Amino acid sequence: MGCTNRCEEKLEKKFPKADEAVDLSLLEPVLEKYAQSPGSLITILQKAQDIYNYLPVEVLKFIAARTGVKPATVYGVATFYTQFRLTPVGKHVILLCQGTACHVNGSENIMTALCDELKIKEGETTPDGMFTLQNVACLGCCSLAPVMMIDGETYGELTPDKARQIIRGISKQEQGA
Amino acid sequence: MKIMVGLGSCGVAAGGNKILSVIKEELKNREAEVKVESTGCIGLCYLEPLVNVVEGDKIYIYGKVTPEMVSEIIDKHVIGKTPVEEYVVSSSDHPASVLQKQVRIALRNCGIINPENIDDYIGRGGYEGIKKAVTSMSQKEVIEEIKASGLRGRGGAGFPTWFKWNATREAPGSPKYVVCNADEGDPGAFMDRSILEGDPHSLLEGMMIAGYAIGAQEGIIYVRAEYPLAIKRLEIAIEQAEARGLLGENLFGSDFNFTIRIKQGAGAFVCGEETALIASLEGERGMPRLKPPFPAQSGYWGKPTNINNVETYANVPWILQHGGAAFARYGTEKSKGTKVFALAGKIKHGGLVEVPMGLSLREVIFDIGGGIKGDREIKAVQMGGPSGGCIPAHLLDTPVDYESITKTGAIMGSGGMIVMDDSTCMVDMARFFLDFTQKESCGKCTYCRLGTKRMLEILNRITEGKGKEEDLEILESLALRVKEGSLCGLGQTAPNPVLTTLRYFRGEYEAHIREKRCPSKHCKALITYVINKEKCRSCGLCAKKCPVSVIEGSKKEPYHIRQDGCMKCGNCKEVCPFGAVEIN
Repeated sequence: MGCTNRCEEKLEKKFPKADEAVDLSLLEPVLEKYAQSPGSLITILQKAQDIYNYLPVEVLKFIAARTGVKPATVYGVATFYTQFRLTPVGKHVILLCQGTACHVNGSENIMTALCDELKIKEGETTPDGMFTLQNVACLGCCSLAPVMMIDGETYGELTPDKARQIIRGISKQEQGA
Repeated sequence: MKIMVGLGSCGVAAGGNKILSVIKEELKNREAEVKVESTGCIGLCYLEPLVNVVEGDKIYIYGKVTPEMVSEIIDKHVIGKTPVEEYVVSSSDHPASVLQKQVRIALRNCGIINPENIDDYIGRGGYEGIKKAVTSMSQKEVIEEIKASGLRGRGGAGFPTWFKWNATREAPGSPKYVVCNADEGDPGAFMDRSILEGDPHSLLEGMMIAGYAIGAQEGIIYVRAEYPLAIKRLEIAIEQAEARGLLGENLFGSDFNFTIRIKQGAGAFVCGEETALIASLEGERGMPRLKPPFPAQSGYWGKPTNINNVETYANVPWILQHGGAAFARYGTEKSKGTKVFALAGKIKHGGLVEVPMGLSLREVIFDIGGGIKGDREIKAVQMGGPSGGCIPAHLLDTPVDYESITKTGAIMGSGGMIVMDDSTCMVDMARFFLDFTQKESCGKCTYCRLGTKRMLEILNRITEGKGKEEDLEILESLALRVKEGSLCGLGQTAPNPVLTTLRYFRGEYEAHIREKRCPSKHCKALITYVINKEKCRSCGLCAKKCPVSVIEGSKKEPYHIRQDGCMKCGNCKEVCPFGAVEIN
């Protein structure tokens, strides 16, 4: 029977309304290289996310059409792995480590402080699009626990206060810019 | 003379790149021509950023280096030729106490060589192992050497490496594949990352030797996308090995061909399970399947495939070079060789250590790890990550080998060792791990998908002070069923943290349920922050730092916390210089 209309509707709900049309031609070089080699779906999705910052539904449909993989499979893979996002993220992504060492050393309190400072919950983006707050399983910097990573930079030995100061510092820089 | 800056992820996180640029700047100012390079992590993570000054075969390691220290080190040591004793944390003549009991085989080059320079690796005997194998040994002889070494899989299960290799070699079908599982996902374990970042060539060489032994021509490294630096260094290493003719066709003048490529994982803990990893390599959802057939018989694209993790492969070149017997001299009867552990948590000297198997947990934690932060009481050590368990303090004399650790209810796992003191709540720890495995369950088995969810609900309830008397019984029976009813290692081991804490720390569960009390004063729903009037000096710092402004007071009057709005963030306790904020 395939995907019914209702199912299609449900799928659309999971994606935000695109503000601007997605330029699918950006994906051409990637598809040219990988579309025909079996088992490359994850690589294609990774490259697509690098291009668009997230995986818009049009892109998933396009990948399915060009690789011959069923749309449901493409969607299934995209939702299975934590690396893939179906919604855009803010300008600065805060990755708060939830590894065991960080947990033992108080990462929960850092999360409380960050949520309070940014007025968002885990996984959300601030209304101004500046920050996205995400948990990660382990950043592997256990000796510096608790740790968070923002834009590839790692901040260690955090206290709730220090975490707030770091966020304020970035906000200030943004306002100045 | 040359200067090397520790730029593993931990070094970078501690500010290593800044130190590197300061060193370059200072050298330029003094017009001193000294080589500056980067190196991986030597394991002294608690002393990062590290700077090594290398004079011939002597190494001086400077720890916790600040930009201010750099100019002094350059003036006195690099130019003046006298080490700055007070900053040196370890040297080849006087190694730090952390390094003394260690035997470094898998980590033999980490923190010593420049991982981006193949000559550094070759200079330390690199690619001699594969050369020896290809030019003077048969496939069978290589496998015999590995068998003699007693090497067992370092990813956690401890399966004899030679057996897997032999099974893959004998399995019908071609082509055959060598796969490296570099999807290190255990929170708290980072040895594979350190090897990838600090000594990528040893992994390549280990895979080549495996490839030769089993009759494969292609190797694939499945590496976490969360390890960008490791990926970059692997790419460089592969490129350099190819350029030197060490990877490719007709290696060492023989008819042995071998190539290696990298495949990035996309973030799924279950992909550490070999059958799930293969599914992911094939571009599907990483869901495990029933074994047999084992990957050795039917793996990547249904062909015979050998899968080992990074640490296992990294040991292989050393074994070929020095002989299996040399490796087997270390360790115990059934657990030969050395094992790398990641020490973290409430430990003084957090970092990576490699020790001969058979040392006791106490020796690892106290003699090497320096003991507990703030000299507090040790309560337990958690081994094996989410699949492992908590070993209580009274079992600290347990030797570190596969069988002894398994007897305690924990597992060796990939070697994460998280040390916990009396401020860690064991119920919360069990909840923490269950939360992880529940999220990471792929969902294929009902027991794993729903069983872990129900268990987590119970644990949440208990830590929130809403536990019921019958909860412990339900928890235990659910745990045993999830163990039995799950297809793969994730589900089979997910209940371990719960079962071990129930076994050794039942009293803590009971206190939460019966007395609505958290003995470790950790669980937020069961504690209150109060100010000790005797100790308070009315400085007002706590009130200033309180994010919800529920701390009140005035000069000369002790401050107090209004409980109704308190979010229990602990800021006040953290900033109070007099230790007046207490937890009830």
